[in-house]
Amino acid sequence: MTTKTDIQTLETEELISGSEAIARACALADVDVITAYPIRPYDTVMQFVSKLIADGELTCEYIVAESEHSQFEIVKHASAVGARVFTGSSGVGWFYAFEALAVTCGLRLPMVAMVGNRALDDPGAFGCEHNDALAVRDLGWMLNWAATAQDCIDTAFLAWRVAEDPRVFLPVAISTDGAFLTHSQQIVKVPDKSLVDRFLPPYDRGKFQLHPDNPITIAPQVNEDWLMEIRRQTDAAMRRARDVIIEAHEDFKRIFGRGGDPFLEEYMTDDADVVLMGMGTLTLPLKVTVRRLRERGHKVGFIRVKWFRPFPTPEIIESLSRFKAVGVIDRDYSLGSPLHGGVLFNEVRSTMYSSEARVPIIGFVAGLGGREITLRATREMFDIIEKAAENGASSQEIHWIGVRE
Amino acid sequence: MSTYAVEVVYRGIFQKRLSGNICRSIVLASRLEGKIGTAFGRYGDSPERNGIPAKYFAVVADDPIELEESLAQYEPTQVDATIVVDDTLCKGVESWAWYGLQPINALTKPGGTVIVTSYQDPEQLKEDIHVKDQPYNLAIVKGSKSFSGLWVYKDDHTDVRVLGALARVAPDMVSLESYQKAILQQWDSEGKVVSSQRSHERVHITPVEPGEGNETEPYSFEMPGWQEMEEALVIPGIAQGGGFRGGEGGFEPVRSAVFKKYSTRTMRPVVNFETCTKCTLCWLQCPDSCFDVTPDGLYDANMEACCGCGVCEDVCPVPNCITMVNEEAFGDNDSQYEHWQKNRDDYMEWLEKKIAVEKSERRSHGFHHVGQYQEELMAEVGSDD
Repeated sequence: MTTKTDIQTLETEELISGSEAIARACALADVDVITAYPIRPYDTVMQFVSKLIADGELTCEYIVAESEHSQFEIVKHASAVGARVFTGSSGVGWFYAFEALAVTCGLRLPMVAMVGNRALDDPGAFGCEHNDALAVRDLGWMLNWAATAQDCIDTAFLAWRVAEDPRVFLPVAISTDGAFLTHSQQIVKVPDKSLVDRFLPPYDRGKFQLHPDNPITIAPQVNEDWLMEIRRQTDAAMRRARDVIIEAHEDFKRIFGRGGDPFLEEYMTDDADVVLMGMGTLTLPLKVTVRRLRERGHKVGFIRVKWFRPFPTPEIIESLSRFKAVGVIDRDYSLGSPLHGGVLFNEVRSTMYSSEARVPIIGFVAGLGGREITLRATREMFDIIEKAAENGASSQEIHWIGVRE
Repeated sequence: MSTYAVEVVYRGIFQKRLSGNICRSIVLASRLEGKIGTAFGRYGDSPERNGIPAKYFAVVADDPIELEESLAQYEPTQVDATIVVDDTLCKGVESWAWYGLQPINALTKPGGTVIVTSYQDPEQLKEDIHVKDQPYNLAIVKGSKSFSGLWVYKDDHTDVRVLGALARVAPDMVSLESYQKAILQQWDSEGKVVSSQRSHERVHITPVEPGEGNETEPYSFEMPGWQEMEEALVIPGIAQGGGFRGGEGGFEPVRSAVFKKYSTRTMRPVVNFETCTKCTLCWLQCPDSCFDVTPDGLYDANMEACCGCGVCEDVCPVPNCITMVNEEAFGDNDSQYEHWQKNRDDYMEWLEKKIAVEKSERRSHGFHHVGQYQEELMAEVGSDD
């Protein structure tokens, strides 16, 4: 059993960005192969990886590919031979790799990627939107959204642990909001390698390892007589991932002495009437607004969704059924979708269909293109859901907050 | 309960490391006092281009909750100190993130301080800095513009000299002692500690009263709502242009009504119209089409469009016909050609004076030979490091 003092002496503080934190995690997790291709804001992690290699703190195969497609193909193959891998991209770069992204899941190749969330071109833009990472939500990628630089380093260890678990063998993308995480330096507790080793076993691909001593064939062509079973296997792996995530979080808490519930971070929700929920760094203005509104007697709270895939269905049903109204904030859009709301909104509404409580759920599209989600914007959202709770209004509402009318 | 915010306004690329070093040091030093902070460059300024005005921030609080309160507003709306590491930025800044001219002291709190690294005196700087309706202080750290390139850093101690001055104007935020500890931790250089100490003692602070300063209205414009904007990402074309200054003869392109380049340049060309051979090279090679063609076939650099790159000076075949002069030598953006037309003798006198300013000082940026950094460094910090 590690005591609190043990952990403190085994951690050092560093002033680093979310990208730098993930690069540090690569060194501490002994990653074997890293591939890269520059695109903002993901490229910050490349810079820090290069620096760690140059400083002799990280030994790995570091391959700068000629495109994102090759970048993801290379780590896919490296993972097949049993290498622990890391890669990543942003926005349209992530989309350029789409074929490689899709095949990784079917091949059951664990991989950890950082998506520096960025708006999709056109128009050329660098600001944060979540549509890039969300595009793979149906394919078998596990998706996690980080909220702080500390969260970035912690989630990276969790990501390898879950991805490389033989019950799962699926890739994980850690989403880091462009600018807010990739370019902001915060004080981060960086653990000693001994703690990381205690948490993260070596990647063992077992009988699936592509090796001359283990002659196997992978990635055959198949027809309609095979594919459905293969999809069902991937589906089963994603279903199993849930328990593996819970287990990993418990171990993480035991070894590092921090980290909350695996799927949802609830903030001041215990006696709340209404809550807002969302993903990523918007957590910060939301927490501050919750505190300020509570000072004025409003019973409000906030819920951060940490894992988007696998989607925390039971947790969300159990949690949201308690409230008089819920607002879902999307830093993304899903044009032409039910009610023209965002992706998270649609998923939450669909999840709540099986709840007995008919909680009004209101969708907010905000912070697109990296626009700041201001305290004023978050208060506006709370106003709307508090009114919905009073009126018991229909939940068929989508609001664009912070757009110039 | 106290939170402090500092902004460093700098020239993109040339001073990226410098501004990062300053902000990181503030946060690291505050940590030694048990405080907590964050340092970040304004993302909207990226990707940085040579010389574009950009910002870096440091926010320091007593505890994490307080820090959250401040950071919930991503970019501070008020800062305790505005640090300006190139005095030409005192004229105001138009970054990629801000279309319009933002006065350099726009975020400076009432009673806060604008710290400028400069050889100019307070009166000269106040001619550039826009008026504010609240009092603040102007602190000058004597020194030249510390410009580097993308891959190199000129360690002329400007970073620690600014920190020494900051400890003087905002001692409650972080003490000089803590800065010096953080300096040793990061660079292990006694010389840098001495530099911070000297700057701390020598920084010159002047109070600035409300209404004191440049009274011109900063350039700004309205941004349209989504229902008024043109759809399909279509930007209406700009008409071809007509005669010089709207008259007969010559040519003047029509330029963007909203995007001006008043604050992007650190130098500007001055033209000797007497020796110009009308060869057209400056007009052809200018990447920003900043030259207007006069009716008599001369070329007048329009300061609305000049970004100060110096290509015109390089391509001009006539010795000393086009000369780049540091931007701080100018108080307005008036037409040189019109000045010359009005009074040729007066213009030639003006021209000589401006060029003399340039000759008396090193060029604000541009690196011409191997070892230049080291030479500049020795000139700047001397041999006691």
